Amino acid sequence: MTSGLDSSQGQNQPVPARVRIQSGLPSAEQNGTATAATGAAGAEQHGFAPEVVFDSQDISIFYGAKRALAGVSLRIRRGQITALIGPSGCGKTTFLRSLNRMNDSVPGFRIDGQILYHGHDIYGSNVDQVEVRRRIGMVFQKPNPFPKSIFDNVAWAPRNLGLKKGLHDRVEKALRGAALWDEVKDRLKDSALGLSGGQQQRLCIARAIAIEPDVLLLDEPASALDPIATGAIEDLMHSLKGRFTIVIVTHNMQQAARVADRTAFFSLASVEGEPKPIGTLIEFDDTTTIFGAPRDPRTRDYVTGRFG
Amino acid sequence: MSGGIPDPTAPLTPSGNLRRRQLFSKFTEYAATAAAVLAVAVLAIVVYTIVSRGAKAIDWEFITTGYPTGVAPMLVGTAVIVAIATAIALPIGVLIALFLTEYAGSRAAGPLRMTLDLMNGVPSIILGLFVFRLLVEHKQQSGFAGSVALAIIELPLIARGTQEVLRLVPNSMREASDALGVARWRSILSVVLPSATGGIATATVLAVARAAGETAPLIFASSIFDPRKVTLNPFEAMPNVPVFIYKLSEEGNPEGFAFGWGMSLLLVSFILFASLGARALLGRSKRRLSSS
Amino acid sequence: MPPASITLPPTMSSPATPALAASRASRSGDRRKRADRFGDRALFALCAAAALLAVVVLVLVAYQVVDGARPAMAKYGLSFITDTEWQPNFKVFGAGVPLFGTLVSSFSALLIGAPIAIAIGLFLSLLAPKGVAALVAPLVEMLAAIPSVILGFWGLLILAPFVQSTIEPFLHDTLGFIPIFGDPQTTGLSVFTASLILTIMIVPIIAAISRDLFMAVPRDLQDGAAALGATRWEVVRGVILPTTASGVVAASILGLGRALGEAIAVSQVIGGGIEIGKLFEPGDTLAARIALQFPGALSELHKSALFYLGVILLVIGLLSNLTAQWIGRRFSYQGVAAK
Repeated sequence: MTSGLDSSQGQNQPVPARVRIQSGLPSAEQNGTATAATGAAGAEQHGFAPEVVFDSQDISIFYGAKRALAGVSLRIRRGQITALIGPSGCGKTTFLRSLNRMNDSVPGFRIDGQILYHGHDIYGSNVDQVEVRRRIGMVFQKPNPFPKSIFDNVAWAPRNLGLKKGLHDRVEKALRGAALWDEVKDRLKDSALGLSGGQQQRLCIARAIAIEPDVLLLDEPASALDPIATGAIEDLMHSLKGRFTIVIVTHNMQQAARVADRTAFFSLASVEGEPKPIGTLIEFDDTTTIFGAPRDPRTRDYVTGRFG
Repeated sequence: MSGGIPDPTAPLTPSGNLRRRQLFSKFTEYAATAAAVLAVAVLAIVVYTIVSRGAKAIDWEFITTGYPTGVAPMLVGTAVIVAIATAIALPIGVLIALFLTEYAGSRAAGPLRMTLDLMNGVPSIILGLFVFRLLVEHKQQSGFAGSVALAIIELPLIARGTQEVLRLVPNSMREASDALGVARWRSILSVVLPSATGGIATATVLAVARAAGETAPLIFASSIFDPRKVTLNPFEAMPNVPVFIYKLSEEGNPEGFAFGWGMSLLLVSFILFASLGARALLGRSKRRLSSS
Repeated sequence: MPPASITLPPTMSSPATPALAASRASRSGDRRKRADRFGDRALFALCAAAALLAVVVLVLVAYQVVDGARPAMAKYGLSFITDTEWQPNFKVFGAGVPLFGTLVSSFSALLIGAPIAIAIGLFLSLLAPKGVAALVAPLVEMLAAIPSVILGFWGLLILAPFVQSTIEPFLHDTLGFIPIFGDPQTTGLSVFTASLILTIMIVPIIAAISRDLFMAVPRDLQDGAAALGATRWEVVRGVILPTTASGVVAASILGLGRALGEAIAVSQVIGGGIEIGKLFEPGDTLAARIALQFPGALSELHKSALFYLGVILLVIGLLSNLTAQWIGRRFSYQGVAAK
């Protein structure tokens, strides 16, 4: 059962014109880690800089003694879609999950460097983990609806938060925002497990936006879905963009090119002090630049399909 | 901002009703921890009582002489009764497990498993009534009757434990045997079963630990005995530990109580070491099976 | 890993002629095949016989108990179940008192024990650091391994006096307005003490199963709930408990079955009462009465009445066991469907 928003998005869809053209600014490259050519410097020239939501400063992530990610510095800006691309196992999902402290439950997890969210250190001592997740929502790779009714899935978090007034309206708004309302409005009491994979994933998105978070983190949201459902998810992201700041991890380069304003390319690289290559940020720029005129040869190799 | 939506730029401290919810969540964490502490505390109290009072009663004389100076007849009797029970239950249990894993179709497996579960759930006092009518009434009490009842208790445990290990034996082993043209029965006896011996031993030890402490059936089968003399004859009532503890507890004699604690300590120690040993065996045999 | 021992067909030692060798080989091959077929059949027959034996024994147990109860069943009929008079000397028998005691003590144990056990299950699966859980879990299981006669012995000498001196007066003072919380008796041997002993017995059973159930809740479901800004308790209440509910109920019924059938420990601490009384008064249960009165049964009818108690106990026990199995099966089906 396909959504009314389906449009078969071909592989050759041109990049949305909204992406800002980056003026040529040199980006320093040291030892294989690239510092981000941030949009702030270039955008200042155009007189408009969306406020910084996440400022990650030289982030390294360890599981026990093993380092999984090194030297990631980038800034994510409000209202934009930022895509994290790159081959498997290069730390994209690890980085994403550390933005809402979902890595805390992994044994041996340790993070070096700072992640500032609106200027506040996410891993600070006074920070309440649950509050972080209330403001920074996440949708996972595999749809994970609760074994409850469709309505209760979306209403669960608002109920926890005490948002009982206008609950039905809130649920409807969320389901509309996830482009699912028309398909389920007559069967809100049915079990969520009866929905198709694509519908379940949109339900998870509805669940996440029902509490009006500030940020939405999407971990390969369409990778478990068929192409038609994937297209529906991508259309959704365009419509959600202004309301939420979105960070999306994706293996699908074309998806990043279609959807994202800014793109960060992660890959394995030799890092000082590590015997083997580990995941790190290679290049971070406007999407058009990453795909059109990437600065780093490794980025060029990846986006032109020469490896991975 | 609509009501309840926090200002994103505010510090990441609890907003809205989160403080109250966190408090309640913490409270439930404390409650769950308290429950666990309670269980461990009860165990500690029981074990402490048994050890402190039982150790006082145990000495060489206690283990080697008959009542009223020792409990040797009871120790021997329990050993004999349990040994006979295990001798009955072990082969039958293994055969049943073999039936379940190697031969049974789903039509037979379901009812058989249910039978084993039901057998496991029969109150042991009912088994006492059973062996009473079958072997004691119109005849006499005997250790053997007790063994039959204990065998019924051990059987589901051995069958289930054996079945679990048999299931771990990779099918590739059986297929390799078949491909070599080896008969089914040969490959079962020489390939499948030997690799499961660790698990069978574990299940048996755990079953023994359970059976050694059972009192109710023995009240019917072997409760009228002379606690002064060791006997090895299972065809008459044999002194045994659980029934003797029970009798001492009902008598209200403080010296008897001391003996009760002593026997309790011996029995609990045996069960503890048996269980620990069994689990160690199980860990080893499972590791061996998964690495082969 | 090659099979432990494969016996290959025996090689012939220098045959006289090829023809003779061939015929010898084929004969021994035939013999081998016949031995194999016989072996296969024999092993199968043995295994099948063992399986059949299990079923036969179970049926036989039920039959013997019912048969032993027949005289009493014939004489007292179904009203036996509710009659409360029990006087062996006058050949008056009724199961009312012990049946009441069985139900009250077992359900009390479940009422107290199930929440504690579920809390322990949550603690072991979600709360405790790995090292603590690895230490505490076997300790809780050890509680289940203590033979009931020893637990009853401990209950008689240690718990009952404590209950009588401390717990019962406390409860009577605070909850005495509820009629069932009457005056404590002198010995502490009471239905209440029996309930506590039963609680100690069934908590490990329910806790162990609950813990396994909680650990089996898919990680991504828990992550999904956590990512929505839910506290730990909300994740438990919203995801973990609902998905494991039927399994936990099945585990509780299993525990209930254990409590219903417990004879020895209960008989040591319940006081052998003959009337339906209040919580702190002596009472009796079906299993305990059989244990206490059978050795000294006064007449064949007395024995038969005790067998009749056994029939009732067997029915209750089987029903609870089957219910637990049925719920358990429904749960695993649900788990599969949810995936």
